[in-house]
Amino acid sequence: MSDDLGQKNAKLVRKLVFIVLGMFGFGYALVPLYDVFCDITGLNGKTASEAATDVKYEVDLNRKITIEFVTSVNGVAPIEFRGEKNKLNIHPGQYYSVNFYAENKTDKKMTARAIPSVTPGLAAEYLKKTECFCFSEQTFEPHESKLMPVRFVIDPELPARYKTITLAYTFFDNTEKSVKK
Amino acid sequence: MSAVTAEHDHHDHGPAKGLLRWVVTTNHKDIGTLYLVFSLAMFFVGGTMALIIRSELFEPGMQFVNPQFFNSMTTMHALVMVFGAVMPAFVGLANWMIPMMIGAPDMALPRMNNMSFWMLVAGILLLASTFFMEGGAPAAGWTMYPPLVLQTGNALPFAIFSVHLLGISSIMGAINIIATIFNMRAPAMSLMKMPLFVWTWLITAFLLVAIMPVFAGAVTMLLTDRFFDTSFFDAAGGGDPVLYQHIFWFFGHPEVYVMILPTFGVASQIIPVFARKPLFGYSSMVFATAAIAFLSFIVWAHHMFTVGMPMAGELYFMYATMLIAIPTGVKIFNWTATMWKGAMTFEAPMLFSIAFVVLFTMGGFTGLMMALAPLDFQYHDTYFIVAHFHYTLVPASVFMIMAAGYFWLPKWTGNMYDEKLAKLHFWLSAISVNILFFPQHFLGLAGMPRRIPDYAVQFADWNMISSIGAFIYGPSQLIFVYIVYKTIKGGTGEKVTDEVWEGAKEHSLEWTLPSPAPYHTFSTPPKEVPTLSTSRS
Repeated sequence: MSDDLGQKNAKLVRKLVFIVLGMFGFGYALVPLYDVFCDITGLNGKTASEAATDVKYEVDLNRKITIEFVTSVNGVAPIEFRGEKNKLNIHPGQYYSVNFYAENKTDKKMTARAIPSVTPGLAAEYLKKTECFCFSEQTFEPHESKLMPVRFVIDPELPARYKTITLAYTFFDNTEKSVKK
Repeated sequence: MSAVTAEHDHHDHGPAKGLLRWVVTTNHKDIGTLYLVFSLAMFFVGGTMALIIRSELFEPGMQFVNPQFFNSMTTMHALVMVFGAVMPAFVGLANWMIPMMIGAPDMALPRMNNMSFWMLVAGILLLASTFFMEGGAPAAGWTMYPPLVLQTGNALPFAIFSVHLLGISSIMGAINIIATIFNMRAPAMSLMKMPLFVWTWLITAFLLVAIMPVFAGAVTMLLTDRFFDTSFFDAAGGGDPVLYQHIFWFFGHPEVYVMILPTFGVASQIIPVFARKPLFGYSSMVFATAAIAFLSFIVWAHHMFTVGMPMAGELYFMYATMLIAIPTGVKIFNWTATMWKGAMTFEAPMLFSIAFVVLFTMGGFTGLMMALAPLDFQYHDTYFIVAHFHYTLVPASVFMIMAAGYFWLPKWTGNMYDEKLAKLHFWLSAISVNILFFPQHFLGLAGMPRRIPDYAVQFADWNMISSIGAFIYGPSQLIFVYIVYKTIKGGTGEKVTDEVWEGAKEHSLEWTLPSPAPYHTFSTPPKEVPTLSTSRS
């Protein structure tokens, strides 16, 4: 009888250990699930990581939208980073270009990456960028400065409730991580 | 030492002699005692940290500690109290009581039981060792949000491994409890005859099995982000720090129920005994517990209303959270109805239970306030949330652990505790806990952020009152230690009956055993078990 119990216990423990391992995997599965979920719903204000194709939209001259530009550097990264303009009044469907200025303040070569974020998050999918310095890592020679254009358009499909869109860039100093690679 | 080696009757031997008994024991009662003693010690370690926090906050300005150490105190206080005190205390109670309540001779997996206890000790020691490391103990809050937590000094990997050990220990404990309840019940003990403490623990154990691995995964991702160049939560590499919060709270919300469900179980054991009535609505209690456990998995983002979720998300998590009030309300109603027209007496366990019902309800109401997304923007990360969860943890979980101590000590030791001292302990605790935490509601509403060592002078008065409460509450708990010690050493001298409390036999099996409970109990399963469900079939 106690052998019987031993077997019953072993069987149950196997099942429970299986659940434990499954849930450990589930924790990791949340990472791609989160990305897919945000991608479908556009919840977290991420813009496309690749250049949009140059589509010709009908320009909606009756509608004006304010687009604001916010620049920041992560932590104490030694980068000077600012936009040429703080904000623009634009028409949906028309292409615009804005320059951003970045400078490596150190005596060393630097690899840095700008990460964009759009507020409100649900407007992100209507902001299309055909050109952006954020699509790839940027390398800076010591004290090198760069003028980097962003070319974008707001899809005229943008729901009417959005009057102001904020595009924020944060520069991350990735030098250490790239050196290791 | 005399050499006592003779063991003629192998089936009926007592505990081994000497200190090694406690290291190698596989007896559920010994391991239960180990867990309880360890958690009591950790309660005072975590409590000392809380008193350091309250000393610093007694007045505005910096008094005693530097801000880094202050932040370590808030972080470590939480980790020690959650993983070192409250959870192990309930595991200890489970070890002691579950086999005696379901008519089993021991836990299903006694050796694993021993291992999970010593792993807990190892985990806590590892965590404590971080105090002596460069950069100090973890100070980014017990939630360990990146990117802040990645700035922790040398302590980070040790804290993470400690979380791994504590997690494995809890998972093993949970597996053991599930196996015991499923496979070791006396034949007459059907699931719907199990005492509620057993039921709540069964559900808690399933929560643990489901969530601890997710937490282990989250901290492992932190580890690889810091040391192996992954970018799970690093925006520069395409990750997202908000993702951590989602994973953490997927674990974190059920985790807070891990600490409250066994509390409900203890209350459901104590209240009927002292009301001298069967528990009102036994089966609704079981289903309410299961409903709370289920809901706990789908409400996690109410901890992160301010991260910038869209309206639809806020609304969903708001309504789902408010739904929890329904099964919780059922429980409060049932406890109240159990007391209704009961022949109540007010011994210490009952006093603590009544205080629990009242004060936990208050904690529940502030929870409802914060469930409202638009209001939460005001309360988020203020002392209001601190007041809320301390109301649900201290006068709920901690009170009921102490109540369980008073309730079952006579069964464990065969001696009666000192009722006068216990009442003193109760009144000091119940009054000071309110002096301690109630003013924190006002501080939070006025805008005082949590986890800060210094504050604007407008918060000075309530902080001082709160600190005074802390310095009454903390030392009062030493009375409990003294009572426990005295009871073990013989108590009041009054010998207790098997039943201990009048009519207790009708509520649960442990009261049919002799007092003190022999080292081995229910070697043969009991023939009859009490019927708890009052509904007629």
